[in-house]
Amino acid sequence: MTVDTVKNAENTPDQEQPYKELGLKDDEYARIKDILGRRPTDAELAMYSVMWSEHCSYKSSKVHLKYFSDTTTDEMRSKMLAGIGENAGVVDIGDGWAITFKAESHNHPSYVEPYQGAATGVGGIVRDILAMGARPLAVMDPLRFGPADAPDTRRVLPGIVAGVGGYGNCLGLPNIGGEVVFDATYAGNPLVNALCVGAMRVEDLHLAHASGAGNKVILFGARTGLDGIGGVSVLASETFDDTAGAGKRKKLPSVQVGDPFTEKVLIECCLELFAQRIVVGIQDLGGAGLACATSELASAGDGGMHVYLDRVPLRASGMTPAEILSSESQERMCAVVRPEDLDAFMAVCAKWDVIATEIGEVTEGDRLVITWHDEVVLDVPPRTVAHEGPVYHRPIERPADQDAVQADTPDRLPRPAKDELLDLVKTMAASPNLASKRWVTQQYDRYVRGGTVLAQPADSGMIRIDESTHRGVALSTDCNGRYTKLDPYAGAQLALAEAYRNVATTGATPVAVTNCLNFGSPEDPAVMWQFEQAVKGLADGCVALGIPVTGGNVSFYNQTGSTAILPTPVVGVLGVIDDVRRRIPTGIGAEAGETLLLLGETRAEFGGSEWAHVVHGHLGGLPPKVDLAREKLLGEVLVAGSRDGMLSAAHDLSDGGLAQALVETCLIGEVGARVFLEGDLFTELFSESTARVLVAVPRTEELRFTDMCTARGLPWRKVGVVDPESDALEIQELGSLPLAELREAWEGTLPALFD
Amino acid sequence: MRVGVITFPGTLDDVDAERAVRYAGGEAVQLWHADHDLKGVDAVIVPGGFSYGDYLRCGAIARFAPVMQEVVDAAKKGMPVLGICNGFQILCEAHLLPGALIRNHKLHFVCRDQWLKVENNSTAWTTRYDRGAEILVPLKSGEGGYQADQSTLDELEGEGRVVFRYVGDNPNGSRNNIAGITSANGRVVGLMPHPEHAIDALTGPTDDGLGMFLSLVDSVVKA
Repeated sequence: MTVDTVKNAENTPDQEQPYKELGLKDDEYARIKDILGRRPTDAELAMYSVMWSEHCSYKSSKVHLKYFSDTTTDEMRSKMLAGIGENAGVVDIGDGWAITFKAESHNHPSYVEPYQGAATGVGGIVRDILAMGARPLAVMDPLRFGPADAPDTRRVLPGIVAGVGGYGNCLGLPNIGGEVVFDATYAGNPLVNALCVGAMRVEDLHLAHASGAGNKVILFGARTGLDGIGGVSVLASETFDDTAGAGKRKKLPSVQVGDPFTEKVLIECCLELFAQRIVVGIQDLGGAGLACATSELASAGDGGMHVYLDRVPLRASGMTPAEILSSESQERMCAVVRPEDLDAFMAVCAKWDVIATEIGEVTEGDRLVITWHDEVVLDVPPRTVAHEGPVYHRPIERPADQDAVQADTPDRLPRPAKDELLDLVKTMAASPNLASKRWVTQQYDRYVRGGTVLAQPADSGMIRIDESTHRGVALSTDCNGRYTKLDPYAGAQLALAEAYRNVATTGATPVAVTNCLNFGSPEDPAVMWQFEQAVKGLADGCVALGIPVTGGNVSFYNQTGSTAILPTPVVGVLGVIDDVRRRIPTGIGAEAGETLLLLGETRAEFGGSEWAHVVHGHLGGLPPKVDLAREKLLGEVLVAGSRDGMLSAAHDLSDGGLAQALVETCLIGEVGARVFLEGDLFTELFSESTARVLVAVPRTEELRFTDMCTARGLPWRKVGVVDPESDALEIQELGSLPLAELREAWEGTLPALFD
Repeated sequence: MRVGVITFPGTLDDVDAERAVRYAGGEAVQLWHADHDLKGVDAVIVPGGFSYGDYLRCGAIARFAPVMQEVVDAAKKGMPVLGICNGFQILCEAHLLPGALIRNHKLHFVCRDQWLKVENNSTAWTTRYDRGAEILVPLKSGEGGYQADQSTLDELEGEGRVVFRYVGDNPNGSRNNIAGITSANGRVVGLMPHPEHAIDALTGPTDDGLGMFLSLVDSVVKA
């Protein structure tokens, strides 16, 4: 094997390089030559090409994402310990606890290889949280698929669900929520987003810095193999193309294979290292592997770095330096350690049977130098790799058909007759997007570690952080892609509003936001318009609610042919609850004699609604009106209601409207209710007006609670009573739906499709 | 009352088992897989998880851990031992309990709240329950189908050594709806469901599982 060294590159300035196949444009390649003052070596080309990819460099989104930090005020920032740019955002939640949380996408690998794609998506986000110095505590998975009854969904969904469960369960992390959404636009491009939340003491926060000349760089965890090498296989085939047989060796799948057991051991090993305070800086190896970890660590530190690449433990023979640098083998971490702590570090790794290798050191100067058997194969200024990648101002254009889509309102759709409404409640409950997701969530362990207070199908997941004080956090992720298609600015705000409301509905105070922005091709000006609008909407919404975006992820190129997915900016909101014993459950019937109150106002809003989608296959008009001031007030009232023990249950109204909220709250509580509505019954039951929550109030607290709502200017209306004697949902003027029948409708859909 | 809780690489529910011991008034003692040392404990819990990733057969590697040799010796002298989920699989592999656990009949991992019937309340771990009582605890496993040959099943049934049985539809294809069994002397108990996740209605479906840990504390106090 001949290795392309820096010396060789200097001597062969005109050698042709496959930069185009690696995804670099002519001007990007020219810039690399300009930075280095020569052509790059194979290893350098590999490093620049992966680090300057859309995935790593955010080159199309960077100019827009800046809007998040530009709009974050000092007050919003006051509880933030780390923000955008770190591995994950960190928030101070009081009592000396810090929470870190982040979401990431693993969409494309999961379509190619559903099980491993989804599994390694979980693994990657968990390492991000670990790299902040936190113990990962729980995961959530927002998922989106093509039509539920499409043949390919039968291939993709069971594999993805099994992968999420297989990895997370073996890791010992409870899965406390997420989403499962079906829409035709995801048919060739499912979305697999993974969120992880972790906790640490404030003083234990670790940032990815390689500081202090003489400090050692340790690679630990799994060995490095040929898996997950995407574009770099081009370099490999250059070398091996003409050798029969040898070329075949390189053609391993570009989706990585996960080993959750190794990751579990790696987690415990890292936590023990943190506890001994012998880690100066730490970075996980995710996309772009060692190329990313070494350049980011060196770039964020105060010196240079020298890496001896031949020391990296391998699981394949004959790997080139370029391949080792860009391998995405899973379950690996990179740490910077003081020389005097090296023995202690190695002892902890030995205890956990984790392979640890000193692969380099922090140096004086400002170069990242990588050698391969004493020959220099890479010599670059690390910032040019990690932070000074290309920045694009992509063309932006409002889609030509946007006006037509918005003008095509649901007003023209025929409404059901009054005697069809009761059946419609059942039909809607059985439709794939509203049906129970138990078939999915019962493949996930929600109990492990004993901290789970709420999990699916609750409005938000909730975990106890401190067993002595009962302090905990709640998390919800949401997005309605149909709303975002109709109006990306409002759609992103509606996603934020729903996640915010879900967190407050369980009694927690929303404090911070993360996101996973899934869009089509950035080369399509219409997609870039959606993206720009959604970012602005989300950022402006956060200002209105007074909570910061602490991190996020962008996934572009989610499309099949020229058809982009529905713009899907998934928003995750983190909330804090002083005492998890005060959480508000979703199911009614916990206390005798509960009254059902509807908080908020109902208007006839059907644009992008589940009803228009299920019954008419229609998507047009405008989404429901956003009212963030009202959301904030509603949240405050719910948190006060929880703190003073005035609420025995609460459930947010979103997709499917009041009808769906009633069905779920009865079925989860296993108790019937009598409901009386006023005005147009169809609008009452199926409108998706926002800023509404259904609450159950014990009769003894009813007056106190409604007085509070009135005093604070929150509209409320009594809509029914819980009936412990009844086994039906009775809607006055319409009739009665037996719970058994509703349960069969709600819980039967997914098993019928996927069992 | 000192109760050892073993941690293998890949053990997940050790913190839960330790918490359950504390809730019952015992002292939880951490035991490490690589040590030939039970630290003078009065009883041992082999908790759930995926020891060594369970990439071979569940529990097949863990049974060879140094600490397991100590557990086997101590169990033979009558020390109470409880195996939960992966711990049950390990106890079967170590031949402290008969039979084996195989892949769920529907092939999926199943996490759900499961009703169990208490069939035997005279083991070291079940005296707090009434015989015939029904309890609700989480079940979460992919390989929870209890299998044994007919003569073993006859022996278990004949000697009243089935401790817990699934109520309602069989979640994993276990023969005779068996959820948990005990050794001939009633000191070693293994079960697939997770009593340690049901010690507090805040974080579990009920606190029905606490009875197992209270039973143990009782038994040692009496002895």
